[in-house]
Amino acid sequence: MVGELAPCGRCGYLGLLMTNLGHAVIMTTADIGMDVVEPRREGSPLAEEVLEIDRVSKRYGDVVALSDMAFDVRAGELFGFVGSNGAGKTTTMRIVLGVLAADSGEVRWSGRPINLRSRRQIGYMPEERGLYPKMKAFDQLVYLGELHGLSTADARRSASYWLERLGVAARRDEEVQKLSLGNQQRVQLAAALVHQPRVLVLDEPFSGLDPVAVDVMSEVLRERAAAGVPVVFSSHQLDLVERLCSRVGIVRSGRMVACDEVDRLRAAGPVRLAVNAPQAGPGWTAGLLGVRELDATDGRTVLEIDDGVDDQMVLAAALATGPVREFTRQRPSLAELFRNVVSEEKKS
Amino acid sequence: MTMPGTARTIQLVARRELATRVRSKSFLISTVLIVVLIAVYVLLFSIMGRSSSVKVGLSGQSTGIATQLRTATSALGKQVETSSVGDQTEGEQQLLSGKLDVLVLGALDAPTVVVKSTMDPTVLAALNSLVRQQAIQGVLAQNGLKPTVLDAAENVSVRPKALQPEDPEQGQRTALAYIVGFVLFFSIQTFGVSVAQGVVEEKSSRVVEILLATIRPWQLLVGKVIGIGVAGLLQVVVIAVVGLGLARSSGALTLPDFAVGSIFSALGWYLLGFFLFATLLAAAGSLVSRQEELQSVITPVTLLPVLGFVIGLNLMVSEPNNVTSTVLSLIPLFTPTLMPGRIALGIAPTWQVVLGVLLMLAAIALFSWLGGRIYANAVLRTGARVRLRDALRCAEGR
Ligand SMILES: Nc1ncnc2c1ncn2[C@@H]1O[C@H](COP(=O)(O)OP(=O)(O)OP(=O)(O)O)[C@@H](O)[C@H]1O
Ligand SMILES: [Mg+2]
Repeated sequence: MVGELAPCGRCGYLGLLMTNLGHAVIMTTADIGMDVVEPRREGSPLAEEVLEIDRVSKRYGDVVALSDMAFDVRAGELFGFVGSNGAGKTTTMRIVLGVLAADSGEVRWSGRPINLRSRRQIGYMPEERGLYPKMKAFDQLVYLGELHGLSTADARRSASYWLERLGVAARRDEEVQKLSLGNQQRVQLAAALVHQPRVLVLDEPFSGLDPVAVDVMSEVLRERAAAGVPVVFSSHQLDLVERLCSRVGIVRSGRMVACDEVDRLRAAGPVRLAVNAPQAGPGWTAGLLGVRELDATDGRTVLEIDDGVDDQMVLAAALATGPVREFTRQRPSLAELFRNVVSEEKKS
Repeated sequence: MTMPGTARTIQLVARRELATRVRSKSFLISTVLIVVLIAVYVLLFSIMGRSSSVKVGLSGQSTGIATQLRTATSALGKQVETSSVGDQTEGEQQLLSGKLDVLVLGALDAPTVVVKSTMDPTVLAALNSLVRQQAIQGVLAQNGLKPTVLDAAENVSVRPKALQPEDPEQGQRTALAYIVGFVLFFSIQTFGVSVAQGVVEEKSSRVVEILLATIRPWQLLVGKVIGIGVAGLLQVVVIAVVGLGLARSSGALTLPDFAVGSIFSALGWYLLGFFLFATLLAAAGSLVSRQEELQSVITPVTLLPVLGFVIGLNLMVSEPNNVTSTVLSLIPLFTPTLMPGRIALGIAPTWQVVLGVLLMLAAIALFSWLGGRIYANAVLRTGARVRLRDALRCAEGR
C-alpha cells in the first residue's frame, strides 16, 4: 500500500475517499483498479456532446468558493453533483450558465469555450427558483421557449407537452405565485425543458417534491439522458443520486474530491461485513487484525475490514461463537462515502 | 432550433412588458382617473368663463351713467356691478388687483376706458351705445338737427386701453399648459417608476437568472424600456384624444389647431422624457433586490423633477418672461415637463425648443450608457443593496 495522494484524472483526489474513519489508510487509485488518466476528449467523436468544467476558480473577497473545480458530463449521462452546504455546487452551476464570471478556468461545450449561443441550449433550474410570480404558468413557459429561440407555435406545443407530462396541466392558467411550492417546482422544471435543451443543469431539482413528483422528475431526467442529453444535477438526497446517476462528483470546499461511477466509488470504499451470530458476546472480534466493529445490535454486528484481510477468517471467528445466521459482504453506500469525505473536511 | 436575433429578443421582451402593463388593473384605473380629472378641469374652466359678473368702476362725470349701463348690459344678458372710484390712480390699482374689470373715466361723450388685459365685449357694446347717445344729445343741443349729427355719432366710440395687453385666448393657453404639463409629468414618472419596479420584480423573483442565462442584460433592459414606454404612450394618446374631444364638445376650446399641435408634440415630449428617466430608474432599481428597498434608491431620481416641475410651471404661468423658468426648461431633467407648457403659452422661441431637444438627446445617450452599465453590473447581484460605486466599477457577469 502506497501512502500518497494520487489525482483522479481531472477530478481532484480520489485517494482521500479511501481514508477510513479511524485509520489514515490512503490508497492510490492504482490499487483499486481504475483508469487514472481519462483520455482527453477533444477530437474524439464524443467531443460533440461533452460539457467540460476545466479548473474553474472563484473567490468572493476572502472566501474561496471554488478552486480548480474540474469535471465533465458526457452525452447521455446523469451526473450527480454532491457536497455539503457551501461546498460550491451552486457557484459552479452559475458559472456554467454565465450568470457568474469565473476568476479563472474555462467551461467548454463540444470542445469549444461556452458562449451565449451554446448557453441557450442549456436547460437551467436555478437553486433559487425564478419565475414571474404574476404570470400564468403556460404563458411563462411559452415566453421562455420563445426567448430560447422556439417559434411561437413550437413553444406553445412544447409548453403544453411538459405541463401535461409533469402533471400540472390543470394549473396552466394559474399565476405561478398561486401554485403550491411543489407545483411551482414542476413548472420550474418545465421551464428548464421547454426549449428542448441539449444540456440540463439542475440545482437541487428534487428539493421540496413529494414522492410521486420525485418519481416523475427521475423518470424525466432518465429519459432526457437516454436521449443523449448530458444531465448534471445537485442534490442532498444521496440515496436518490445513488439510484439515478451513472456518475457522481463529490465536492468539498470548492474542489472535486471524488468523481467516478457510483459502483466504482463504492467498490473502492472499505469492505463491510454484516454478521448475525446470536451467541457471539461483545468484543468477539477483538483478536482479529484489520477488523473494526462499526455497530452491534441484537447479535448482529457490522464490521469494516481493511483491504487484504481475509473475510473467511472473520467467518471462522464468528462460527467459533456458535451458529451464524447471516454473513454478507457489503460496500458502503454513497451516503457513507460522503460522510467520510465530510469528516475529512472537519479534520483538515 | 434557430438562434433568435437581437431584434426578435428585444421584441419578445417588449411584447411581454406591454401586454403585462396594458392588462393590469392599475393601467385602466389611472387612464380613467386622468380623463375624469381633465373633464372636471375643462368643465370648471368653461363654467367660470361664462358666469362671472363684470365689475365696472366709474369716476368723475361718468358716474352718471351707472344705472343706464346696468340696464343696457342686462338687456344684453350680462351682469354688471358698478361702483364709483375716486380718481384714475385708485381705479387702476383696483384693476390690477382684480377688484375691478373695467374703469370708466372722464367726460360722458368721450370717456377714457381702462382694463387690465381684455375688455368684455358685452360691456364694450353697451358703453358704445351709451356714449353715442351722449354724443348725439350734445350735438343736437348745439346745432339742432343737421346731417353732422350722424357723423358725430360715428366718430365717437369706446377704445379701451389695456394696462397689460393680452391675447384673448391666454386663458385657454394657460389651461393647456397646465394640462399638458401635468399629464406629461404624471406619465413620465409613473411609467419610469414602473420600469424600476419591473427590474426589482425580476430580481426579487430571481427570474432574472434564467433570463440572463439566455439573453444579454442590455437586451432585457432595452426590451423592458420599450415595452413599458409604449404602454405609457398608449395611455397618453388615449388621454389626449379623449381630452381634446371633451374640450371641443364643451366649447371650452376655441383653438383647435393650436391645441392639436401642442398635444401631439406632447407625445414626442413624453417619449423623450420617458427614455431619459427609464434607464436611470432601471439602474436605480437594479441596485436593490426587494420592492421595499426600491423607494430609497429611486427617490433621488424622482424627486428632482418634481421640484423643477412645480417651481418652473408656476413661474412661467405667473411671469412668462422669468429667466429662471427659461433656464429650468432647458435642463434635460425638466425639459419634457416644462418646455411643452412654455410652447403652449407661446413664450418659447424656436431656438430654445431646438436646443432643449438637442440637450435631451445628448442626456438620453449619456444616461442610457451609464444606466445600462450600472444595470448590467448590478442586476445579477441579489441580496444586499449594491453600492453605486461597485456597480459602476466592477464588470461582474460577462
Ligand atoms: N454572493 C456571495 N457572496 C459571498 N460569498 C458567497 C456568495 N455566494 C456564495 N458564496 C460562498 O461561496 C461558497 C460556495 O457557495 P455555494 O452556494 O456554491 O454552495 P453550495 O454547494 O451550492 O451549497 P448548498 O448545498 O448550501 O446550496 C460558500 O462558502 C458561500 O458562502
Ligand atoms: Mg447550492
